[in-house]
Amino acid sequence: MSDPSLKPVTVTDDLALGMLRDMVRIRRFEERCADLYGQMKIRGFLHLYIGEEAVAVGAIRALVPDDNIIATYREHGHALARGVAAGAVMAEMYGKQEGCSRGRGGSMHLFDAATRLYGGNAIVGGGLPLAVGLALADRMQRRTRVNAVFFGEGAVAEGAFHESMNLAALWKLPVAFFCENNFYAMGTALARSESQTDLCVKAAAFGTPTRKADGMDVVAVHDAAREAVAHVRAGAGPFFVEFQTYRYRAHSMFDPDLYRDKAEVEEWKHRGPIHNLSNRLKAQRRLTEEQFLAIDADAAREVEAAVAFAEAGTWEPVADLARDVHTETAR
Amino acid sequence: MKITYREALRQALHEALASDPRVFLMGEDVGKYGGSYAVSKGLLDEFGPERIRDTPLSELAFVGAGIGAALGGMRPIVEVMTVNFSLLALDPIVNTAALYRHMSGGQFSVPVVIRMATGAGRQLAAQHSHSLENWYAHVPGITVLAPATIDDARGMLAPALADPDPVVIFEHALLYNFEGELTDGARDADIRSAKVLRPGKDVTLIAYGGTVWKAQEAAQELAASGIDAEVLDLRVLRPLDDATIMGSVRRTRRAIVVDEGWRTGSLAAEVIARITEQAFYDLDAPPARVCSEEVPIPYAKHLEEAALPQVPKIVAETHRMLGRKG
Repeated sequence: MSDPSLKPVTVTDDLALGMLRDMVRIRRFEERCADLYGQMKIRGFLHLYIGEEAVAVGAIRALVPDDNIIATYREHGHALARGVAAGAVMAEMYGKQEGCSRGRGGSMHLFDAATRLYGGNAIVGGGLPLAVGLALADRMQRRTRVNAVFFGEGAVAEGAFHESMNLAALWKLPVAFFCENNFYAMGTALARSESQTDLCVKAAAFGTPTRKADGMDVVAVHDAAREAVAHVRAGAGPFFVEFQTYRYRAHSMFDPDLYRDKAEVEEWKHRGPIHNLSNRLKAQRRLTEEQFLAIDADAAREVEAAVAFAEAGTWEPVADLARDVHTETAR
Repeated sequence: MKITYREALRQALHEALASDPRVFLMGEDVGKYGGSYAVSKGLLDEFGPERIRDTPLSELAFVGAGIGAALGGMRPIVEVMTVNFSLLALDPIVNTAALYRHMSGGQFSVPVVIRMATGAGRQLAAQHSHSLENWYAHVPGITVLAPATIDDARGMLAPALADPDPVVIFEHALLYNFEGELTDGARDADIRSAKVLRPGKDVTLIAYGGTVWKAQEAAQELAASGIDAEVLDLRVLRPLDDATIMGSVRRTRRAIVVDEGWRTGSLAAEVIARITEQAFYDLDAPPARVCSEEVPIPYAKHLEEAALPQVPKIVAETHRMLGRKG
């Protein structure tokens, strides 16, 4: 059963199994979301993270609870890895007021002040200047918080990326730029949209240290994120990490996925982040199949409880439609 | 005490910076240069580069960063050189600042203040002269202010900073050198209501920002021909103060909106729609408006003047409405 050719996992059991558990939770949660979309329980845009789980899980494990997270519209994984209750995330997908954004945001706009999750931004690159500003506030208030901003390689084509990298580097602000390179900006391949496809080369132009990591290997992700976070927390300015990863599903539920070679998708599936980790742990005799199945069963139970919570949730009264357009006390 | 509009703005900035360590000013050339309209001159020496923060020419990033800093507990004042340049930062203002509180279910407020110059009249041509206040006034979640008086230039900043939600302040570029009397204690203006600057009984001239003074001048001319015009300064462009507008129009029974924005889709159009909805049966004449001509504001002086609302146009429109020959 064990295969000595597999690269040993170098982190503690606690961390390795914790990361495995989180990846499985996210996978099961999103598979259920896809079902629920088919049942029309979830509507609007639904962007699945399936295949990319190692990035959110490995990177967020490098943060502490006081750090800020700014994410994209493909952020279910980040919310779950950060500790937002699965029920609150699922209720948000349902549009229920028990959802983490009271049902106002849906899949693309998960917010949670308690875990310092600042969204859920569906403007590509929109989170980048926001992260710079949050970091500026930390700097000016003498806090040592790290601001981790996740964005896709598509965002690297936006002016927001270049302007934000420049400002963060110029002012040496505490931002960890975590680029999730899944090689497709919706349907446009990286090489069809960027003159320079090495994203670290672009980032290095701002004088920031960079690192490339295998985004399918949660341990490699975690190592890279730890280096970035340590650098940022030490006050040495921003750090850019490119995580190379792949989404197994289409861009959204509306996407017929005509722009990729099926063989390419299959090839990446052999590098799946969950089995990448579980096979290596098994090879080291640190995980049995029974334990893995127990983790999977726990995740399935958590997801079913989340669905039940969302089903039992309630609709925000229409009378509250305009609530929180402005802060109540101001009017 | 007589001071300039610029000095009133500067005093307000100074007071805000001195009284709250969370307040800082950020924008292009606000520090070493002293502000493109010299509003922040001297503040760098007093408050230092950390709080009087020069930025690169990155409207998208520094306005977005101001919004982020507000989320992070600061009270940023972001200066954008002109409303034309602010279009490069429309995304963070409209897609982030304005909606974050609502979209997050009430979890995240954005107490940012964004100041910018607006308006024409200095032969700066089409890319520095437009009035796009209505673009911002269209968006729920932000408060839009247009100080036209010395008192408002002095008094609107403090309540804007105290507002837990985003506030955009438009300063008309022609007003910076304008001199006037500062009322004692004008430090905390009301930022919810319009104001009658000149009472009258025959017609209400509704204006904001730079056109307020053109309306005032027109009212003086009209007085000479026996027409008693009321001048109403909108002051707050979002939310519009319907009660004060309707109160005035119901008394004078006539309304002319003077707006430096283009006529189509203008704030003037919104004000007139509200008057029509709420005070139609109190009117003696259809409401009218004097707006900018629908052209990019040209450089040549005679063409620029022809493109903008001017005192003679306001006077002529009033005479027409009252059925008199100018």
